[in-house]
Amino acid sequence: MEIVMAVVIGILFMSATYLMLSKSILRIIIGTGLLSHGAHLLILTMGGLKRGSVPLLGESAGPYVDPLPQALILTAIVISFGVTSLFLVVAYRTYQELGTDNMDKLRGKESNE
Amino acid sequence: MKTNDIILQTVAKVASLVIILFSIYIFFGGHYSPGGGFVGGLLASGAIVLLLLAYDLKTVANMLPVDYKLVVAAGLLISSATVSGALFFDAPLMTHAYQYFELPLLGHTSLHTAVLFDLGVYLVVIGITMTIIQTIGESE
Amino acid sequence: MNNLVFLPVLLPLLTGIILIFFSKYIKIQRFLSLVSSSLGIILSCLLIGKVHDQGILALQVGSWEAPFGISIVADMLSSLLVLTTNIIGFAVLIYSFYSIGTGREKFYYYSFVQFLLVGVNGAFLTGDIFNLFVFFEVMLMSSYVLLVLGGTKAQLRESLKYILVNVISSALFVISVAYLYSVVGTLNMADISRRIAESGQPGIITVIAVSFLIVFGLKGAIFPLFYWLPGSYYAPPIPVIALFGALLTKVGVYAILRTFTLLFYHDQQYTHELLGILAIFTIIVGTIGAVGYWDIKKIIIYNIVIAVGMITFGISLMNEQGLSGAIYYTIHDMIIKAALFLLVGIMAMITGTSDLRKMGGLIQAYPYAAWTFFIAAISLAGIPPFSGFAGKLLLLEGAVEGEAYVGFAVILISSLLMLYSVMKIFINGFWGKPRAYKDADLVPVSRLAVPAALLVIVSIALGLGTEAIYPYISQAMEPLIDPAIYINAVLKE
Repeated sequence: MEIVMAVVIGILFMSATYLMLSKSILRIIIGTGLLSHGAHLLILTMGGLKRGSVPLLGESAGPYVDPLPQALILTAIVISFGVTSLFLVVAYRTYQELGTDNMDKLRGKESNE
Repeated sequence: MKTNDIILQTVAKVASLVIILFSIYIFFGGHYSPGGGFVGGLLASGAIVLLLLAYDLKTVANMLPVDYKLVVAAGLLISSATVSGALFFDAPLMTHAYQYFELPLLGHTSLHTAVLFDLGVYLVVIGITMTIIQTIGESE
Repeated sequence: MNNLVFLPVLLPLLTGIILIFFSKYIKIQRFLSLVSSSLGIILSCLLIGKVHDQGILALQVGSWEAPFGISIVADMLSSLLVLTTNIIGFAVLIYSFYSIGTGREKFYYYSFVQFLLVGVNGAFLTGDIFNLFVFFEVMLMSSYVLLVLGGTKAQLRESLKYILVNVISSALFVISVAYLYSVVGTLNMADISRRIAESGQPGIITVIAVSFLIVFGLKGAIFPLFYWLPGSYYAPPIPVIALFGALLTKVGVYAILRTFTLLFYHDQQYTHELLGILAIFTIIVGTIGAVGYWDIKKIIIYNIVIAVGMITFGISLMNEQGLSGAIYYTIHDMIIKAALFLLVGIMAMITGTSDLRKMGGLIQAYPYAAWTFFIAAISLAGIPPFSGFAGKLLLLEGAVEGEAYVGFAVILISSLLMLYSVMKIFINGFWGKPRAYKDADLVPVSRLAVPAALLVIVSIALGLGTEAIYPYISQAMEPLIDPAIYINAVLKE
């Protein structure tokens, strides 16, 4: 199972890198989204993929899984949700204000700073 | 262009009410079973987004005349006030307390200070989601 | 049970939230943020006093026991940095009253300044590696908003790049934490340190250490990863640059200081050698930038890069003088950078440009601002008796003891060039023929100079009172040399 996860995470990181290297802002933002998904899956895998019951009150039976990676992922997901939405709004405003979504044209120059 | 979406609008009214009720159920259920403030808040804002799809921004703003930024602030205030409440009881911050009560109608119930914190989360999630959607939606 | 430890985080958080409700009433916002900042300074002084008397204080948040819950830990280093942060926040707030403009003030400027302080203070005080990530994010989110607030073209353009760089480095942070967790199985920094010490830092931990170095290096702008800094710090208004320049990079440097002295100190041949080499390159690159530019903001921005190099060099030495030099230099640099940015902002506002070649002769009309700048400049370069001197002296002593003679030479030469770069501003900006500037009369220079002068006075006090301050610095340095002090304080209460 770990090997499958490793491959999935690798594919996510690969596509994220590819997308972030492109010039369109929207692709870059989708790339950052994929990157954080990959990171979250990595936490899950690194915490150990075990069989066990949900770590909740009242489940008296059997072994249960480590709840910490799940708590970490929840926190990281909320944070990346916030950052991605802010990023989208900033990108949208930039597009409105500067009239382009091409990173090449968003390069700062000495003259227009 | 005027489209005839009377079916969507009628269904949306009923469905959003059901979704909000369900979100409240999920919110309270979150204590001992999957759920909680974050999911509940997302569900509730989903209901409002459904209304937005059926009507438009203005109509929904008239239906629910709320400044969502203040909802965020109120949520944050409730959560952080719960956190700092521990100051008055000489306990480390964020310490929570719970007790079982025999309430009329509900019977044997456990009441928990973490619910207050979760209520803040619920409000923050609704507020933030709606602020984002309104900000992006308005400029079209 | 030390709730005092968390109050420097809770206070700006509550203030920031309450300020959201008063977004239309600027006077109330100003008053509340000023009150909260002053309270913050008092609280952090109390914290320093308590840490001085009782040693390291730890708070187990939510009453969960140490390795399982989140610990908030105040040692002397964190407390000193929290105090410095609050002083800078106070000065920048006063400066903002007269320069930020009502548009920004109505759009939650003061709230986000408070949230930035929450993130910075939290990052200094936390004792949990994942919690460090969370406070980093709080700080970064506020910095995104402060950077883009106002929405000019340059700001929007630079924010995009700044957000992208930081999103990637945050993802790397999460990845590094995941690897570390899978190896040691805990997130409490004291517990991590104990477990790494038990296993004697195998190769995989060194790899993780380097990936943490990449993450913190990106935030702290060390050599190959500083490229985003000059552009992003150029765009926003002056008070925001002062906050960023004084606080944000220092948090990255603090994180390097904490992790490389508490966690990854077993393979110094590799990790600290790498850190030292990068630090020297950082100093060189920063010096080249500072000397080469004719733009006053750019010169000070490249001086940040130099300072980051100096501090990381001190960390890489890992001996008493080097580390106390790094701590002292961090505090000195935070204060003096904020002061320099505020002063340079006054110059840019009077002349309407930040190009040195288009200004001159300001000393005739504004002698006080000019001499304040002069003191700040020579203090930055490290001329005795000002505060830069003691820090550099300690660093140089450390370099001799660690036999790092290349670093020794680089620090000396770069100090000289730092002096040249800021004197270039003084000579070209304040001396020379006075010119006529259009909007010069509209700028409330005497009021704007007050917070800058305040910071310079703090810096002078830091320089003259080195003897009095040194016991605190050495108390801050002890847990860095001997991690057992930190571990015992957190895990066995």
